[in-house]
Amino acid sequence: MPEQASSFALEYDLFYLFLIALTTFFTIGISAAAVIFLIKYRRRSQGEVPEQIEGDMRLEITWTVIPFLIAMFIFAWGAKLYYQMYTDPKDALEIFVTGKQWMWRAQHPDGQREINELHLPLGRRVKLTMTSEDVIHAFYIPAFRTKTDVVPGRYTTTWFTPTRTGTFHLFCAEYCGTQHSGMIGKIVVQDYSDYQAWLRGAPKEMTPAEAGQKFFTSLACNNCHKDQDAGRGPSLAGQFGSDVKLENGSTVKMDEAYIRESILNPGAKTVLGYPHIMPTFQGQVTEEQVAMIIQYIKSIGPKQNEAVAKPAAAAPAGQPAAKPAAAQPTGTTAKPVAQGEQPKQN
Amino acid sequence: MAEHATHVEGLAHHFVSMEQQKEAGMVGMWIFLLTEIMFFGGLFLAYTIYRTTYPEGFLFGSHLLNVKLGGTNTVVLIVSSLTMAMAVYYSQKGDRKKLLAFLALTLILGLAFLGIKYVEYSTKIHDGLFPAAATWNPPSEGEHAIPVEKQQAVHVFLWIYFLMTGLHAVHMIVGAGILITLIIMAQRGKFTKNYNSPVEISGLYWHFVDIVWIFLFPLLYLTGYHFTPGGH
Amino acid sequence: MATEVMETTESRVNYLNNGTTVKSWLLTLDHKRIGLLYLFSISFFFAIGGIYATLIRLELITPQGDLLTPEMYNRVFTMHGVIMIFFFLIPSIPAVLGNFLLPLMLGAKDVAFPKLNLLSWYIFIIGGCLMLYTMLSGGIDTGWTFYPPYSSIYSNSQVTIAGVSIFITGFSSILTGLNFMVTIHTMRAPGLTWFRLPLFVWAHYATSLIQVLGTPVIAITVLALAFERTLKIGIFDPKLGGDPVLFQHMFWFYSHPAVYIMILPSMGVISELIANMTRKRIFGYNFVAFSSLAIAVFGFLVWGHHMFTTSQSMYTGMVFSLISYAVAIPSAIKTFNWTATIYKGSVSFDTPMIYALAFLGLFTIGGMTGLFLAALGLDVHLHDTYFVVAHFHYVMVGSAVIGYLGGIHYWWPKITGRMYSEFLGRISAVIIFIGFNLTFLPQFVLGQLGMPRRYHAYVPEFQVLHILSSAGASILAVGFTLPVIYLAWSIKYGEKVGPNPWMASGLEWQTSSPPPTENFTYQPVVTHEPYEFENVEEIKQARQAELQRA
Repeated sequence: MPEQASSFALEYDLFYLFLIALTTFFTIGISAAAVIFLIKYRRRSQGEVPEQIEGDMRLEITWTVIPFLIAMFIFAWGAKLYYQMYTDPKDALEIFVTGKQWMWRAQHPDGQREINELHLPLGRRVKLTMTSEDVIHAFYIPAFRTKTDVVPGRYTTTWFTPTRTGTFHLFCAEYCGTQHSGMIGKIVVQDYSDYQAWLRGAPKEMTPAEAGQKFFTSLACNNCHKDQDAGRGPSLAGQFGSDVKLENGSTVKMDEAYIRESILNPGAKTVLGYPHIMPTFQGQVTEEQVAMIIQYIKSIGPKQNEAVAKPAAAAPAGQPAAKPAAAQPTGTTAKPVAQGEQPKQN
Repeated sequence: MAEHATHVEGLAHHFVSMEQQKEAGMVGMWIFLLTEIMFFGGLFLAYTIYRTTYPEGFLFGSHLLNVKLGGTNTVVLIVSSLTMAMAVYYSQKGDRKKLLAFLALTLILGLAFLGIKYVEYSTKIHDGLFPAAATWNPPSEGEHAIPVEKQQAVHVFLWIYFLMTGLHAVHMIVGAGILITLIIMAQRGKFTKNYNSPVEISGLYWHFVDIVWIFLFPLLYLTGYHFTPGGH
Repeated sequence: MATEVMETTESRVNYLNNGTTVKSWLLTLDHKRIGLLYLFSISFFFAIGGIYATLIRLELITPQGDLLTPEMYNRVFTMHGVIMIFFFLIPSIPAVLGNFLLPLMLGAKDVAFPKLNLLSWYIFIIGGCLMLYTMLSGGIDTGWTFYPPYSSIYSNSQVTIAGVSIFITGFSSILTGLNFMVTIHTMRAPGLTWFRLPLFVWAHYATSLIQVLGTPVIAITVLALAFERTLKIGIFDPKLGGDPVLFQHMFWFYSHPAVYIMILPSMGVISELIANMTRKRIFGYNFVAFSSLAIAVFGFLVWGHHMFTTSQSMYTGMVFSLISYAVAIPSAIKTFNWTATIYKGSVSFDTPMIYALAFLGLFTIGGMTGLFLAALGLDVHLHDTYFVVAHFHYVMVGSAVIGYLGGIHYWWPKITGRMYSEFLGRISAVIIFIGFNLTFLPQFVLGQLGMPRRYHAYVPEFQVLHILSSAGASILAVGFTLPVIYLAWSIKYGEKVGPNPWMASGLEWQTSSPPPTENFTYQPVVTHEPYEFENVEEIKQARQAELQRA
């Protein structure tokens, strides 16, 4: 077993051991039966014809139904674990990760950037939003038991709660070309004070939202998307997370994926009442820039606010970063977190 | 080879009877057509997914296609299916002359289809609408302009159009080859009342290729048209 | 002079000596000869794939990646996968044993379309030559899964030619499947009803169904990939609006059922081996027969379990996981029925039975570890690690290749008319079993520890397990080489055998060994169920002889 360093690891390992036991049971059972029959019923004379048995309906039903029930149990357990992994956590620390042949780039909400390393606070829920600039990669931390493909042209997300301080492997698990085996890195989980110290010392640029605002202006997005509904495009202020009515009558939630799609393929889901006149920005913006613009759009407040959005309010997700874990300096326990993923440790 | 004294004209050595041979041919062709359905199936899947992703590209793109030529081709193919069916009928009757006539007619209609398709393709390529990197040069202004913001979606529609109709055209070319072979065989008097399964089996293939087009035409050419009273 | 005349009069005309020129082989329409043509071609490809496997295991002895450059290593594991899957495993049992045996088992003179059958082989050879050209001109480095956009835009290797090669080879597989289906439908001997068919035939019917329905999808997929690469039309390229994940859906729609193309025929072989080597009717014949069809049908509905981490929606993942468990049940049913067949049988310890037992054990492990990977939460961790590598080698080598070897040993006297050394046969079967487990059991552990697949260099803590695995591979190599030697030896020096050396049931054992070109000198008529050993002439005679001695 690799180290258990996330809130998923314990249940995963229990499940794994259960299946190992099951496999051992059936493999030894079938092999033993075969070997016993083999010896007991070995051919004793060339002309021997054993008594013929056509089959037995009760036995057939037994070994259809019992494996089926076992299989359904395994399915349910696996699905439960998967559900936890795929249910977006609340108030998580949001980090943006880009895969690129052959490196990992991470961007923290306060503007810290890292390459092939990712510093995380102990006991805090962390949500990664990821995309790739070239081919498909997969972000894999064995100690956390999580893996998510990083696909060009779309966002994928994953989340976890680190439950142990230390340094863990980060691997690229989806074959991505020549240096695939070199696309590895380190996950550094630190307790509150160490993490804060790292945050202060890490190279820092503008926060993603600030940078996003810069691009929002330099790409002239603000010419149409004004703060009031007066622009040629719909106002984006305070809209993040709300439902948007579309031209075709359906509604869509304004989330990262929708904003990204609208920047790169504006015609796909146009907002009701606004003609499709926006050109695509495909090829003009990198994935990281798109992510920054999204952070900016997330950060801008309600429509009635003053004309210029406040950069100060830029990254609400980032500020309280590791505070909940403040009181837990040791490695094994963590603050109880989201529904359904209570840490099993005592 | 003395045991082949009771040799039947057209019966291959490994079959017991004509019935068995004919059945094998028919079952074989039906299974082959299943294969073909799956072959096109991959592209229909791509069509479904991309049409959902780029509805406006499919709407706009279908207007780029020439419905008159496409419609003509649809009629041509339907008629060719009829002539093919007639050819099968006369092969069963053992009427060599009429068989030849209808096979030739089917071939002519098939070639007409390919000719019209050629005209359509060359117009598209000439307009810079072949979606390969080297040839993609859509008009951004003028009468047939494609608005810049729609070009990517139209690009997706057009490669689906070329891939699907191209695969269909390849099947038509194969079909024409089969027809030529049948005509030569019929000319040499190979087919009799008792032995005509090649015509029948080829007929199945021809109808299949026809049916594929019946699906392609509305999906590609008519997507942008609304015939319902409330449509626009 | 005298002995020569003796021999020529002694040896009857059979399919082997009925024409000995190269032309008589290359233009043959005889299904038995075509089966042998396939045997030689796929053995050649198996050897090449084996050399690549050797390079992989040598490289992975040390963690630094010092034997091969990363470019070379990536090409080596890709070529290993492509050649083993498309040019060995998929054709293996159907094209060699299936071709040879189906008409014999059905009491027919040949398959329904002999010319098409020969054409299939030529298509296979053309595809194979293209793949050899790909290999000699540098190979491909995309992994056998060809995921775009890496394969379509970023890779500098011969992806287009390899794609065309697979496209062409696919037609060989389709035509073989079509031929078998028609043969089974229309060419059965009088009295041979569906439920009197040997289970080998049922398994091949299910396999053919997958070949016919699945292969065209991979064909159109690799064709699209080739267009994508040459014309840059953006089918799967996100920068041009394409969807790279669509490729994965289309790829696995074929490639998951393709696993059943490899394993189902092997299951058919094992059914024959176990029934005939224990002289017992297969326990629950109907269940074993229908479970083949169930696997073929369900097999088409589970492809999404290769993509649990690929951002498909959570509920899609759950549906695919659920159906994947449904496909596990028929396999379990087969395993239980085989085990139950041995019960109260008359078990022989000949080489084919050793292979059948090895299959039972290895397939149980291979199948059970599939349950790990179909479990959503576990797959997130195990996906794309060595756990997957170990799992599919247990299924594809531990089960499919073991079944193939067992079948070759079982029908070898029928194919050649001669028997190999039973001693060497048993020894090499045991060597393969030990070597195989030593190679791949450590890889389950590696995967669980987090070692990703397709890594040229790795972190040092995995080295011990990799060394174990490489050591096992060297034993496995010996195990695979031995049969080539003693089987080749037996063609000339092996003991001659009669029509039915195993005293087995089944139509193929009622004609001489090797069979005449037309298979039977009479029209066989079937009057009883399969596996009725009371009716086997050779057993009756043996019993009579024993009674007299007593």
